[in-house]
Amino acid sequence: MKISTEIINKHGISSEEYKKIIHLIGREPNLLELGIFSAMWNEHCSYKSSKKYLKTLPTKNVKVIQGPGENAGVIDIEDNDALVFKIESHNHPSFIEPYQGAATGVGGILRDVFTMGARPIATLNSIHFGDTSHPKTKNLLSGVVSGIGGYGNCIGVPTIGGEVKFNSSYNENILVNAMAVGLAKKNKIFYSKAEGINKSVIYVGSKTGRDGIHGASMASAEFDDNAEEKKPTVQVGDPFTEKLLLEACLELMKDDSIISIQDMGAAGLTSSSIEMASKGNIGIEINLNKVPCREKNMTPYEMMLSESQERMLLILNSGKEKNAEKIFSKWGLDFSVIGKTTNTKNLVLIFDKKEVANLPLNSLSKDAPVYDRKWKKSINSKKIDPPKDFYNKDLYESLKIVLSSANNSEKNWIWEQYDQTVMGDSIQLPGGDSGVIRIHGKNKGVALTVDSSTHYCLANPIVGGKQVVCESWRNLIAVGSTPIAITNCLNFGNPEKEKIMGQFVETIDGITQACTYLDYPVVSGNVSFYNETKNKSISPTPTIGGVGLIKNLNNMVTKNFKEIGNHILIIGKTSGHLYQSEFFREVLDFKEGPPPEINLFNEKNNGLTVLNLISKQLVNSVHDISSGGILVALSEMCFPSKIGAKITLPKINIKLHEYLFGEDQSRYIAEVKEENIEKVSRILNDNSIYFENIGKTQEKYMEVKNEFKASLDEIEKLYKYWFHNYFGESI
Amino acid sequence: MKSSVIVFPGSNCDRDVAVALEKFQIKNQMVWHNETILPKCDLVVLPGGFSYGDYLRTGCIASKSKIINSIIEHVKKGGLVLGICNGFQILIETGLLPGVLLRNKKLKFLSKNVFLKVINTDNRFCSNYKNKDIIKLPIAHNEGNFFADDSLIKKLEDRNLIAFKYCDSQGKVEKISNPNGSSNNIAGILNDKKNILGMMPHPERLIDPILSGEDGSILFTSLLKS
Amino acid sequence: MKISVTVTLKKDVLDPQGKVVKQTLKNLGYENIEDVRQGKFFEIELNENDQVKAKKIIEEISKKLLTNTVIEDYSINYK
Repeated sequence: MKISTEIINKHGISSEEYKKIIHLIGREPNLLELGIFSAMWNEHCSYKSSKKYLKTLPTKNVKVIQGPGENAGVIDIEDNDALVFKIESHNHPSFIEPYQGAATGVGGILRDVFTMGARPIATLNSIHFGDTSHPKTKNLLSGVVSGIGGYGNCIGVPTIGGEVKFNSSYNENILVNAMAVGLAKKNKIFYSKAEGINKSVIYVGSKTGRDGIHGASMASAEFDDNAEEKKPTVQVGDPFTEKLLLEACLELMKDDSIISIQDMGAAGLTSSSIEMASKGNIGIEINLNKVPCREKNMTPYEMMLSESQERMLLILNSGKEKNAEKIFSKWGLDFSVIGKTTNTKNLVLIFDKKEVANLPLNSLSKDAPVYDRKWKKSINSKKIDPPKDFYNKDLYESLKIVLSSANNSEKNWIWEQYDQTVMGDSIQLPGGDSGVIRIHGKNKGVALTVDSSTHYCLANPIVGGKQVVCESWRNLIAVGSTPIAITNCLNFGNPEKEKIMGQFVETIDGITQACTYLDYPVVSGNVSFYNETKNKSISPTPTIGGVGLIKNLNNMVTKNFKEIGNHILIIGKTSGHLYQSEFFREVLDFKEGPPPEINLFNEKNNGLTVLNLISKQLVNSVHDISSGGILVALSEMCFPSKIGAKITLPKINIKLHEYLFGEDQSRYIAEVKEENIEKVSRILNDNSIYFENIGKTQEKYMEVKNEFKASLDEIEKLYKYWFHNYFGESI
Repeated sequence: MKSSVIVFPGSNCDRDVAVALEKFQIKNQMVWHNETILPKCDLVVLPGGFSYGDYLRTGCIASKSKIINSIIEHVKKGGLVLGICNGFQILIETGLLPGVLLRNKKLKFLSKNVFLKVINTDNRFCSNYKNKDIIKLPIAHNEGNFFADDSLIKKLEDRNLIAFKYCDSQGKVEKISNPNGSSNNIAGILNDKKNILGMMPHPERLIDPILSGEDGSILFTSLLKS
Repeated sequence: MKISVTVTLKKDVLDPQGKVVKQTLKNLGYENIEDVRQGKFFEIELNENDQVKAKKIIEEISKKLLTNTVIEDYSINYK
């Protein structure tokens, strides 16, 4: 069959790229081969637009065991324990079918983690939606949340943190980024690199159906009588099967049967088999008649490009097949030897005893195109005058507006739909600065957080990129953990546009600066481009998943105020930066201006000193000051234990609104007992850290001296029930 | 004391409850659903989770497992059975406990800590709650809305077969403190002989001060005494 | 008039529930079960005697609400 230009286009392959294919394989590909190229050379698998810049990210420190390039990153958390984690996007599928899209997003990221031999111990998510008034938002939000819950709850992994943001730039392109964290033994990590010739290649898990065969499959359907029936379908997640697959894989991993293992994610069998073989620099041969199929008469094209969920590919040591099969059949899963490793360095596919594809593996991986896309510098948002009368805005009314807004209100409506306590090791639940999970059976824990910052990144990608890394670092510090490494999910528009590519390049620059300075490397992640509809792109949205270690859980803190009569310190300098603040946005609807600058020296110095105070047990509670500023952060510390605060503004040359709502970076609020105040002050002074003692905790009132005094109950009501009201639910 | 935790495909609190049992010196064994003979034990635990993915009806497919017959035998001999969350759902599907568990009234999964009033402390699961009968435990379920007709409710109330009811922090049992819409705020029930307890909340998740409470421990220490 | 609508997952879409039910039936000894697909069934009473109009309404609500057309199909049965 002749490959027409139309078919090539439908596979998303440019004419240049097609020429390159012919050059690499010395002939025209057949349709199946073209499908394989299109899957491997697309942006998602090849990182062809981003590779050049991803290389600049710092990826190593003394704790990193495995950086980017594997199914997930791995870090050393001491005592032979290793933490395996990654974040990934599932944006487009979630927009089409929010429940299944989000569910399979969670399923995919969990597989990435347990593929490496780790039992998943926590998930987190970062989800972004359009305006709350946009007609699609409500359905998308409730669908995504129940999809995430539906999958994670069933598997039995606690959802321990996350964030939800609304902004009109996501009206037609929502973001669903899911992070999974797993625990493994340092000496029992499994990798995808194949080794050895004539080893069995084994397919396990669910059967292959015509799920999610990307748009390209439409081209193949044209050549079939049943074109209508073969339309690509949305993948449906089956968390039950995934749970069985998880248990079966972990059971098999107890001994040394497995040489290499890879989950079948995007581009299913194609990318998994190619990745394993090309990493091992060997060849692979697959007999497609052996692939367990759900539907009758599936073609090689469909089998190779299907994105059916809950499947894995294994390469086993010789002689281990029988025992492995026993394990998988005990769990009721398919198990089929579908091929073997070879020394050809080619991918060879057999169907009905005929060779239906034969491609050099290098042509699909190492020689895949890499682009140096054109980009231009972003035009950063300038300081223009804010509305004149903002100093007249009533403080208390403004606080209420900010706290009761969609972006700043409490998200209990969402996280109560996620099982947060299964596995019995959830120490800090969603709603704090970081989630904290105890390492099972030990008195140490890991702190986990996901962060993004749409407004700051759009206003200035470099500063925004830096800020989001620092925010993540700060959230980990605030619970008393030592930050170790991050995983990142980079969500952007169309990289073929210079402006978007510029946002990407600059954001990476900001991330690199902060990660390098803080010794906070990137160990895994994913890039999601083309988040764009009708020429309208999303705001640049890097999502950072941060991981920190708490060596001794007795030295952990939460943000909740503990006692009445303790001192309240603001650690770090407040200069009153209101541009891009929630106060300007929510109270004045003013969205211009630069984001707050980051001074990396102060960030690190303040953070490490706060960590020191926590480990010496000199502070009773700590909270980072982020969006909303001091007044919002204070409120969040008051609500959980219903302990109030009475503060007096320091005698400095900053206006009231600037001080209380400014979003200057690198700051924390700490609660300190009278008996410790001297010691704490001395340590802060010794480290040249600027701080202010602004007042004391008190009974159930939030009070700014000479300005307002309000009961916590009254404020909390506004903060707590935004989502209930949005969905018209009784409280 | 010896226990058996039954593991169904899709159980996901099996390890958690085993950890809790062992913490309180109850010697535990994990038992695969496909077994036909129950190991010698005093207590059978049906753990939480999503047996068979909660497909068809929660607990329904697990209730057809091979091990169920020997659990029924165990009950007849007076052995103890504790069903937590999905385990409670399975007990109802097997007919070992009456009633039905409907979807939560808001039709959403609900994971949070709730207050419970221990209504019956005169049984082998709850005796140590005599000194503390307002407790806090986590719930995490989609189908925990216990429903029964008036005559069954009357029977449960009259014979004191309700173990736990949802309440507020002061112990008041009111509609507002009912998270899932269950009849009479019921969170857990006993059978006539009081050797079977089915409950939606998860005692095994609060057995450590660092996990914001130990109210779950009291259930396990009660078992030890029995 | 009384009309019923059956909603099932599209033919090629994975039906995890049907899969488990089928396996359980086999375990219970019903060896000859070939396949099980699970769906939803709606009985609708419509105050409309005109067949054409009724058909239009039912088609509309089937698409608009009862069916998630991305993954589900529906069939209508007029009694």
